[in-house]
Amino acid sequence: MKTQNTIHSRSRGWVMTGLVLAFAAGGYFQHLGFFEFAIKNPGEIWKLFLQHIYLVVVSSTISVAIGVPMGIFLTRDFMRRYRNWILNLLGICQTVPSLAVIAIAMTYLGIGKKTAIFALVIYGLLPIIRNSVAGLSGINPVIIDAGRGMGMNPAQLLFRVELPNALYIILAGIRTSTVINVGTAAMSFLVGGGGLGDLIFSGISMVDPGYMLAGAVPTCILAIFFNWFLGKVEYWAISPGLSFSSGSANP
Amino acid sequence: MIKFEKVTKIYPGSQAAAVNDIDLEVAEGEICVLIGSSGCGKTTLMRMVNRLISTTSGAIYIDGKNIMNLDVIELRRSIGYVIQQIGLFPHMTVSDNIATVPRLLRWDKRRIQARVDELLCLVQLEPAVFRHRYPRELSGGQAQRIGVARAMATDPPVMLMDEPFGAIDPINREVLQDEFLSIQEKIRKTIVFVTHDIHEAIKMGNKIALLNAGRLVQHGTPEALLTSPANQFVKDFVGADRALKRLDLLKVQDAMLKNPVHCHDFDQAEVISRLMQEKGLNYLLVCDSQERLLGYVNFRDIVDYSGNVGARIKPMTLTVRPNSNLKDALSKMLSYDIGIVVAVDDDNKLVGILNTMTLASVVGQTYDEQGGRWGKITAGGKIL
Repeated sequence: MKTQNTIHSRSRGWVMTGLVLAFAAGGYFQHLGFFEFAIKNPGEIWKLFLQHIYLVVVSSTISVAIGVPMGIFLTRDFMRRYRNWILNLLGICQTVPSLAVIAIAMTYLGIGKKTAIFALVIYGLLPIIRNSVAGLSGINPVIIDAGRGMGMNPAQLLFRVELPNALYIILAGIRTSTVINVGTAAMSFLVGGGGLGDLIFSGISMVDPGYMLAGAVPTCILAIFFNWFLGKVEYWAISPGLSFSSGSANP
Repeated sequence: MIKFEKVTKIYPGSQAAAVNDIDLEVAEGEICVLIGSSGCGKTTLMRMVNRLISTTSGAIYIDGKNIMNLDVIELRRSIGYVIQQIGLFPHMTVSDNIATVPRLLRWDKRRIQARVDELLCLVQLEPAVFRHRYPRELSGGQAQRIGVARAMATDPPVMLMDEPFGAIDPINREVLQDEFLSIQEKIRKTIVFVTHDIHEAIKMGNKIALLNAGRLVQHGTPEALLTSPANQFVKDFVGADRALKRLDLLKVQDAMLKNPVHCHDFDQAEVISRLMQEKGLNYLLVCDSQERLLGYVNFRDIVDYSGNVGARIKPMTLTVRPNSNLKDALSKMLSYDIGIVVAVDDDNKLVGILNTMTLASVVGQTYDEQGGRWGKITAGGKIL
């Protein structure tokens, strides 16, 4: 596949440029002494890093477990009438800043991991639901008619025809949601949820760039990693028969 | 085999019936073409057979069983379904697509595999080449062949086809139609075939049911529709050139002059030229001793020649089979300067000839209405 090759070589070029810039920036920051804290306290960072991963994985998993079935539910025939109404409502909810969501969650659930995860789940839900609905309702009605006409029951139609064809868009939604989640999870420090936000917010309040970077850099790496990993998942999970799966599209 | 009894469909929120009180019977092994302009209810009527659309009143029977008493899923699995946009599943390979219904019925793997290959051969696609392709890697014609193969996967006795060749270019459409007819000759399915193309209807249908505004206007053989249209609507629908369309329907063997005058390659040229002079013939067909066509001789070429006529034969390149239709014969005839076309059988044996006079008289004979004779055809600007 020619297009695939060109996309690969192009992205390789970007990766190289990125690495060079990262090294340059690293050298500069090292010169300013910003990494001193990170070098002295690897254990502390590692602990917060793991906490951060835990927050992201747990909340995103729950978001997917709620969001995809929600999307499926909203695209069933009997829900067609209410679908746009519900999506608009969810869209309005999304405009509430993540900080506010966390604050509201705290007033009801107190502080701790549970509150943080609850807020992250709520905040990560919309892209997943919206993409699931878009993916499922965007399927060519002809193939659904063909499936139904050949005698598939609703469950067979859903799992053998609808989901595989909507998978590309659903997974793109999950990827978007997860990557945003990595950033939002930094806020869970504010409700005592731990994570790399600990270092970032403390660094900001202490005006200590070294402290702050020790939290910000791993957060960025984590976001990039999830984006890459979920891109791979898309690549493996989506049928090669669906034309858009050959190139890597960014959400 | 399939019987519609006073079938009516009124869509919710609509005043007029999409399908209005239709009685229709499709015999076993027959292709029944439902035809009409768009919105006439033909697709609705077809989709009621596998209950993709429910009937408002009336009943449909398959094999004497009311379809409302059958399990809807079972019913659909027992009916082959082909649609215009083909509807192959894009995420599945060709072989998975064909295996859809067998998998739903939980056939074992080896049986499915064998059936897939058998069907690919039937629709003339090389299994080793096409089995693992995805629909996006197929041309329109190939995809529709797969669509037909998929519908036939479990060998259902009844098939529903909704403009199956509608989205394909005219040349490939002809090919697919011919292929499908030859498959149908072997498998003898009972088929409800929807189209809006009168040529396709005449070609494919054993019976044609013409619908207008939800009502059945005329139901009969293509022949009957062309020669005795029930009313003005049918006349308009089949078109002013229906005399020409009859040429599609009639075979060469119905119109040809049998046992045409001919000579043999071992005959003496003097004898033949004298004979031709007596009868006023400009040319004469020549056969060998087994009555196989060799060509023709021209009077000018043999009049001063002594010896066998075999040495002066000109080849006869344009021949037709007795079972090909008159339209092909006519087009060959018009492109050939001696104004006749010769019918030979599979062994190249001479069986008859056609000329414009015989053609006109045959079309005229069966076409009994005023205006349907020569005058009408020439007025169409098609022949002279």
